[in-house]
Amino acid sequence: MESIFTLDSLALGIALKVVLIAGFFLTAPLVVGYIEHKGLAHMQDRLGPMEAGRFHGIGQLPADGVKFLQKEDIIPAAADKWVFSLAPGVALVPAMVILAVVPFGPGVWAENLDTGLFFALAVSSVSVIGILMAAWSSANKYSLMGGIRAAAQLIAYELPLVLAAAAIVLQAGTLSLVGIVEAQFAFTAFGVPVPYAVPHVIGLGLFFTAALAELSRPPFDMPIADSEIIFGHMTEYTGIRYAFFMLAEYAGMVVLSALAAVLFLGGWYVWPGLAYPDAWPTALTAVVGFSVTFGKIVALTFIMIWFRATFPRLREDQLLRMSWLIMIPLALLNIVVIAIAKVVG
Amino acid sequence: MTETISGQLTPFQGTAGDASGSVLPGPPGESMLVEIRGEADLSTQDMNLNIGPQHPATHGVLRVVIDLDGEKIVRAQPIIGYMHRGFEKLAEARDYRQIIALVNRHDWLSAFCNELGVALAVERMMEMEVPERASWIRVLMCEWNRILNHLMFIGSFGLELGAITPVFFAFREREDIQHLMESATGGRLHFTYNRVGGLKEDLPRGFLAASAAMTKNIRARSGEYRDLLEGNEIFLARTRGVGALPPDVALDYGVSGPTLHATGVAEDSRVTEPYCVYDKLDVRVPVGANGDSLDRFLVLLDRIDASCDLIDQVLDGIPPGPVNVKLPKVVKAPEGEIYVRTENPLGQGGYYLVSDGKKNPWRLKMRTPSFNNISMMPSLLEGALLSDMIAILGSVFFVVGDVDR
Amino acid sequence: MPPTLPKIGLLKGLGVTLKTMLTPATTQQYPHVKPDLPPRTRGVIALMEENCTVCMLCARECPDWCIYIDSHKETVPPKEEGARARTRNVLDRFAIDFALCMYCGICIEVCPFDALFWSPEFEYSTYSLRELTHEKERLRAWMDTVPAPPELEIGAELPKEISDGLAAARKAAEAEAAQTVQAEQAATGAPAKAAGGKAAAAEEDIHVEAEVDQEVFDQLIAEGKSERVARAKAKAAFVRREKARIRAEREGS
Repeated sequence: MESIFTLDSLALGIALKVVLIAGFFLTAPLVVGYIEHKGLAHMQDRLGPMEAGRFHGIGQLPADGVKFLQKEDIIPAAADKWVFSLAPGVALVPAMVILAVVPFGPGVWAENLDTGLFFALAVSSVSVIGILMAAWSSANKYSLMGGIRAAAQLIAYELPLVLAAAAIVLQAGTLSLVGIVEAQFAFTAFGVPVPYAVPHVIGLGLFFTAALAELSRPPFDMPIADSEIIFGHMTEYTGIRYAFFMLAEYAGMVVLSALAAVLFLGGWYVWPGLAYPDAWPTALTAVVGFSVTFGKIVALTFIMIWFRATFPRLREDQLLRMSWLIMIPLALLNIVVIAIAKVVG
Repeated sequence: MTETISGQLTPFQGTAGDASGSVLPGPPGESMLVEIRGEADLSTQDMNLNIGPQHPATHGVLRVVIDLDGEKIVRAQPIIGYMHRGFEKLAEARDYRQIIALVNRHDWLSAFCNELGVALAVERMMEMEVPERASWIRVLMCEWNRILNHLMFIGSFGLELGAITPVFFAFREREDIQHLMESATGGRLHFTYNRVGGLKEDLPRGFLAASAAMTKNIRARSGEYRDLLEGNEIFLARTRGVGALPPDVALDYGVSGPTLHATGVAEDSRVTEPYCVYDKLDVRVPVGANGDSLDRFLVLLDRIDASCDLIDQVLDGIPPGPVNVKLPKVVKAPEGEIYVRTENPLGQGGYYLVSDGKKNPWRLKMRTPSFNNISMMPSLLEGALLSDMIAILGSVFFVVGDVDR
Repeated sequence: MPPTLPKIGLLKGLGVTLKTMLTPATTQQYPHVKPDLPPRTRGVIALMEENCTVCMLCARECPDWCIYIDSHKETVPPKEEGARARTRNVLDRFAIDFALCMYCGICIEVCPFDALFWSPEFEYSTYSLRELTHEKERLRAWMDTVPAPPELEIGAELPKEISDGLAAARKAAEAEAAQTVQAEQAATGAPAKAAGGKAAAAEEDIHVEAEVDQEVFDQLIAEGKSERVARAKAKAAFVRREKARIRAEREGS
């Protein structure tokens, strides 16, 4: 199936897709951010933003964005200027690029790459470099410590992420994200149509945990532990650069949740086997499919926020031990089991 | 193998570089001690990091200068004095009621217990008979203050380890108790309720009933803290075995209060030298087994329940009567000296009062528990990881105003 | 520590946060909802200027010396002819610098004339530090916000004013009751029931001129008391004896 945004003119079509991706990229983190403010607040028995934007603080995040835009641009004197300035971009852009291959609904995607999943996982590793650039160029011991922790953690948790996704690829038989959704639509376990989350429940757990660690979200937020190293690699960043890092974090949450929804939760179908009626116009199925996907994304980000409210952070060595000694063996075992099941069943 | 420089480079800034390679603190990034170890051509540098004085994890302006080898702390030195306000000198120029108002403020989380120490010192010197009801109400307020203090530290300990929710629950409880205290004393943090010879005025109508309801509430809510923290495997992994303090080291440094009780030593001034009406009450002192951060935290949780028990006992036993005595126009302590020990929530607080018969003391020396509690920090921190330092700092309960006065 | 797989503890924590999320928050939204402060709250100090006699006790006792008082003396012409002219303190300036004030309450406690009071008002923040020094007009205006003191807890000793007033009221009530009984008795001729009340009422009518009871006087001097004391006690004994005699006569008759 082709993307519904393909226009006759190639250039216009690309321009449209870029605009849509940029628009989604800038607004979805606002939704997630708002849920975080209010959800976290209510979990802590308080109200969260209430004044900005008149109605229960919906204007808080846009107001924050405007605030960051008008702040003074401060670069520490001892910092490496170019690396310092580019680091937020390097951390941010990969998230936007991944959005080009993630399918949000029937036809609602920018490009259906045959190696979509491979592309997504490869590009997501690039943001690690942004973090290391920020840490080193800040000329601050706290940033350096945060960067070292980040380096160890992010590299360690790439593997469970990739291996869990690899099991899905085994199951679906294709690297294309759209193909995976379609394969999932047709999937049945013992005659019952279920999303891949059911046989791959361990894989989902591994993917989700690894995603939390990749994003440095609690309980894996050692690199930015604010009670120890102030804010890790982001300590010296202010203003719009800081806003970019935060945007990268929330956009990363959205992107990884989108990937999880596509890989494990059935993508844009409400449930495997339940097709959208052919009588519906493409626009309607597109909107409904997009809403379903977005709903799954919101649910997953809510769980991320729930974890943030509840759990203290793991110490760095415990975190790494968990990855190397528990998660990677589990992920390998997962692949083996799935492979056997695929061959047998 | 390339040739390496052997020996020790002296720091280019700072003073005495003694042979052990210690470095006196300087601004971060400018004084670096370069230590060449062994004969290998790998040279590792210990990083000199300044934690504080402004840092989210040190409770106030405490500065700890640490030498780090990777993430491991090789040497740690706390530097205090950033909050020195000259209390003891101020006390020489104030009369006793003014001192009671001032002394609220050095350990601001245990304000009532501080005031009580001063009031007891003057009363004992003047051999004054304090009314029965005043002593009972003093115990009631002390125990509420103890609960306030411990709730604060439970919240902040979780916060430093990354659990951002229990602190809001703890402060919700604190708000309720502070409202209660405000109805009686007028203040939420600095009470100024004690006077020489008793209390300023009696409790307002409904205070005792509200106290009874509040203890039920706190007991019920402590279950939430246990669910969120005590049962949490991540929390246990962060605190079990971290910063284990042997009892003899603790006693050597003069550590007292919950930090000492966690090591297994049940030394409590309310039991050994009872003041007010503690001799009539059944004081329970929870102790830990290992003296690590987890034990310190659990002791704190248990102490909240123990204080609720004490409050219930007091509510049963308060007699009617006056709460203060008629004082002369100018309160003058007779010549002499006296040392009074009280069990403040953070440990044992002592007031050494030397009077020359005038209305101002000649000398008022305060022995504050936080000072001793942090003096043993270097011995705890050496060999620990940086993240463990946060767990240790959060679990060794201290208030910087109490350290520096 | 060997890594362990997470167990039930983590789920219990998740349950607590979910439960809290679903119950309404305890936050009071301050500017829209004012806090409910108890009457003893130390918010701001109010001055009842009319009561102030410029004794300066508050300024002296303040640990921060944040009360600034200026005054001058005025002479008041005497009420009657030939009496001495009185001098009076007049308050010129009474200012409290709330930037220095510790809110300890010592000034309010020491004022012997009840001129200073606590008020729970706390919303007087300003953009300029100088405006935090409240002059006497502003301090007088705060008096409108001073609440009545709360009732004391059961078992508390009553304040002296109240206990004295209660005693006086009790005495007046007894006198009232005795008088009505006496009136009834006079009207109906029934024998007096409230003998004590009657005696008390009767005692008021007996006036005895005090004279020294010589026997008692000599006895006390012999005991070693001073002459002044002995004379006073002897006079008291005389009066007592005379009153008893007259009472017995009246009861007899």
